[in-house]
Amino acid sequence: MSPTDRSADEMAVADFRPGEIVLEIPASKEYVSLVRSVVVAAAEIEPDMDNDRIEDLRVAVSEATTNAIEAHDLRGVRDRIRIQCNLADDEVAVVVHDQGMGFEPDDVPALPEPDSPDRLNYESGLGVHLMRMLADESEISSTEDGTDVRLVVYSAKRRRRDLGR
Amino acid sequence: MQIVTHPHRDGAWTVLAVSGELDVVGGPDLRRQVVREVNEGNRHLVLDLTGVDFIDSFGLGVVVGALKRVRLLDGDLRVVVPEPRVRRVFEVCDLDRVFDLHATVESAVATGVS
Repeated sequence: MSPTDRSADEMAVADFRPGEIVLEIPASKEYVSLVRSVVVAAAEIEPDMDNDRIEDLRVAVSEATTNAIEAHDLRGVRDRIRIQCNLADDEVAVVVHDQGMGFEPDDVPALPEPDSPDRLNYESGLGVHLMRMLADESEISSTEDGTDVRLVVYSAKRRRRDLGR
Repeated sequence: MQIVTHPHRDGAWTVLAVSGELDVVGGPDLRRQVVREVNEGNRHLVLDLTGVDFIDSFGLGVVVGALKRVRLLDGDLRVVVPEPRVRRVFEVCDLDRVFDLHATVESAVATGVS
């Protein structure tokens, strides 16, 4: 049977990947709150995910999405930004994909110590730090054609299992 | 996001009570309000974030900028953050060592202006 022979219901079942939510938004800052809400609602489906971990994911995804919108704005890209959320038995993984100019995450300057007077000159630059600190896994893949930020938080069950190793 | 500004009854501090989400959308409003207060001569500010249910790096940047602005004028800034999940974002960035973080407005103004 060719794909064109399938009914709409069969197509929907065949194309559906359990646990995957995909969201595409205009590159506008007014949509960041919507992304946070959708990711949190999706993560709450996972029964063994602690509220604290979901809150950490909420902040990390907000950072990635805000950066993606800024990247499109800087490059003048009008395409949508894609957010892909995958629920698994023991983790929630979110990938934020943009088509901005890319950046080198290792070039983000380290923050001065909190007691340094220079610390107050850093009103920005905390986003990558927050993503790395709040997610159990964070990966930034960036080229001149765009950036993928992958953020993963683990379920309580997996964290207990990892601690037991 | 909403900002309600009022002088504290001791007269030395101006309280900016912020509610909602302090992010790339709400942050610029707070920045403008801080600039307005400082321009009106109010350089001892309390940012009351009791009603804030979300903050990210953009919001943190606005708070850092507010502290820098008042300190340039020998003023001071105290931050009220009773909500643990908001406080955690400050702590992850070590900003609990930069700001005086308080649980209540009364605690924030208890030591008076410096």
